[in-house]
Amino acid sequence: MDKFRMIFQFLQSNQESFMNGICGIMALASAQMYSAFDFNCPCLPHYNLAYGLGILLVPPFILFLLGFVLNNNVSMLAEEWRRPQGQRGKDPAVLRYMFCSMAQRAMIAPAVWVSVTLLDGKCITCAFCTSVPVETLGNTSHPGLSQGEMKRVLARIPCKEIYNGQELIANEVAVRYLRCISQALGWCFVLLMTTLAFLVRSLRPCFTQAAFLKSRYWSHYIDIERKLFDETCAEHARSFAKVCIQQFFEGMSTDLASAHCHPPRKAPADVGEAAEKLLGITDQGTMNTALKSWHRCKPPLHLHPPALPSGNGWAGEEQPPTHPPVPRREMAAYYSRV
Amino acid sequence: MDRFRMIFQYFQSNSESVMNGICGLLALASVKMYTCFDFSCPCLPWYNMAYGLGIMFVPPIALFLCGLILNRQSLVMLEEWRRPQGCRKKDLAVIRYMCSSIMQRAMIAPVIWIIVTLLDGKCLICAFSSSVDPEKFVGFANASLVQVQQLLAKVPCKDDELMRNNTSRKAVSKYLRCWSQALGWSILLILIVAAFLACWLRPCFNQATLLQARHWSNYIDIEQKIFEETCCEHSRLFAHKCILHFFESMRQEMKLHSFSLPREGEGAEGEENLLRDITNKDQVNKLLKMWYYEKPPLNVSQATQRHPLGRDQCTQYKFSQHTGV
Repeated sequence: MDKFRMIFQFLQSNQESFMNGICGIMALASAQMYSAFDFNCPCLPHYNLAYGLGILLVPPFILFLLGFVLNNNVSMLAEEWRRPQGQRGKDPAVLRYMFCSMAQRAMIAPAVWVSVTLLDGKCITCAFCTSVPVETLGNTSHPGLSQGEMKRVLARIPCKEIYNGQELIANEVAVRYLRCISQALGWCFVLLMTTLAFLVRSLRPCFTQAAFLKSRYWSHYIDIERKLFDETCAEHARSFAKVCIQQFFEGMSTDLASAHCHPPRKAPADVGEAAEKLLGITDQGTMNTALKSWHRCKPPLHLHPPALPSGNGWAGEEQPPTHPPVPRREMAAYYSRV
Repeated sequence: MDRFRMIFQYFQSNSESVMNGICGLLALASVKMYTCFDFSCPCLPWYNMAYGLGIMFVPPIALFLCGLILNRQSLVMLEEWRRPQGCRKKDLAVIRYMCSSIMQRAMIAPVIWIIVTLLDGKCLICAFSSSVDPEKFVGFANASLVQVQQLLAKVPCKDDELMRNNTSRKAVSKYLRCWSQALGWSILLILIVAAFLACWLRPCFNQATLLQARHWSNYIDIEQKIFEETCCEHSRLFAHKCILHFFESMRQEMKLHSFSLPREGEGAEGEENLLRDITNKDQVNKLLKMWYYEKPPLNVSQATQRHPLGRDQCTQYKFSQHTGV
């Protein structure tokens, strides 16, 4: 238990930093994904807007959901939310705290994607190139084109190789303009996000500190209780399995002994440990039967009480006479299940 | 206890160095961000100034706020400032000390951004190229006002078709860069001199107050950390007890329903106790179902039975029983 205690303390004290580490990794992954992504503007009038805004907004949404999926506390939150009330009241403040802290962490990678996209400028250039103010930036002396024709020409701005509107408006001028707007939006977005984060963090101690301490304690408690319960169940399952298998072997050996009309096995004077572990199965035929029986007819999930380890089976010396009929009935029961 | 003592000594000695480390990382991040950032001056008359000054001042504000957010001590200071007085008086000197140390650390990354920007020069060239006096430069002296504005605005863009072969463009660019770098180095010099004077002159004024303030700010920080540690330890013990009580109450319930065979129960340990009465599939299933449908109340005082207590009852649980010191 001491070892478990140390590990739990470590995990608990470091759970925050573990989750922060995952956040940081996701943020770096989103920046890397953006740089690895091969942006390809379609350079057609309506497709540009759809493509540009799609690249700007859809991956952040996916990253946000991924942030929830990777957070192993989501199942804890769902469980706490959906459980019946029972004897323990539900505190909505705790649920809100858990959800808020998860949502805050999940927001980091999408915010990084949007910032990097805006600061790079390709998306906005692609999406809004048809809205460039040609009157102020372009050549006023150029013969007028129809709306549709102008839009088609402007849509090709991001694709320098096929751009044919150099007399209308210089490609570099338009790209610089759009990129300037995009970067300004990007920095404003970064400033807005940091201001929001700052306000959220600094207003909390001013208003709701006591409620916050309560919610934080109980959300940690729920997490630890779940882990400890799983541990305890695992220990129980282990003991259960051990006794079940032991009873199976004992049952096998005594059953075969009685079926073959062997004389009852004499308990040797000194029962060595190895002999005890053999559990009464000492020849090839018996072992093969035991293995076949394990495969064909697993024992029921029901331990009988005089089980706990004496190792000799019930063909021992001091069993009161009322006991043997009970196990034998059990064995008959499990044979008949085949 | 020994283990705790070692951990606390570590925290105490390293709280400052953790903060300094974060500060350094943020400074490096700001330089990296500047080099990665693709500066692209719009080269249009009014946009230049907005863009150049925006790039020079908006990221430092964001970096300053980041520095405040990432610093754990800012939360501690806010809590100390806003807490009700209660039984412990508030010392404003301590709060002021914490505030000033937080601000100093948070200011480093923004200052580095501004200095790197000035030493590089692109921002100032972009922002002030329209504001130079055209008379000083040969290529711009003879044009009309509007044309001069347009041409000067295009100075930062080397590849623009009008500016490609213009020698006066280089002259304007060098002139502005010289001013920018001079400004950058001057600011750096002033800041370093100010820091130097502050370090040297501080012991001459109020050294005793400073030592006290530093001690108590450290104390508040550590007290907060220890409180969180103790709460974690307490919640772990509480959960452990709660689960054991749950298994115990389940076991008693099973005893009522199962056939009672004489049990050779002597010297039972926790594990074997768990196993001895929950020994078949249905009982295990029932236990798991009860765990989901009816979690036990949060009350581990001795006389607990299965009566409906809510969470508020946990306050009657005496904390002193479980400090384990």
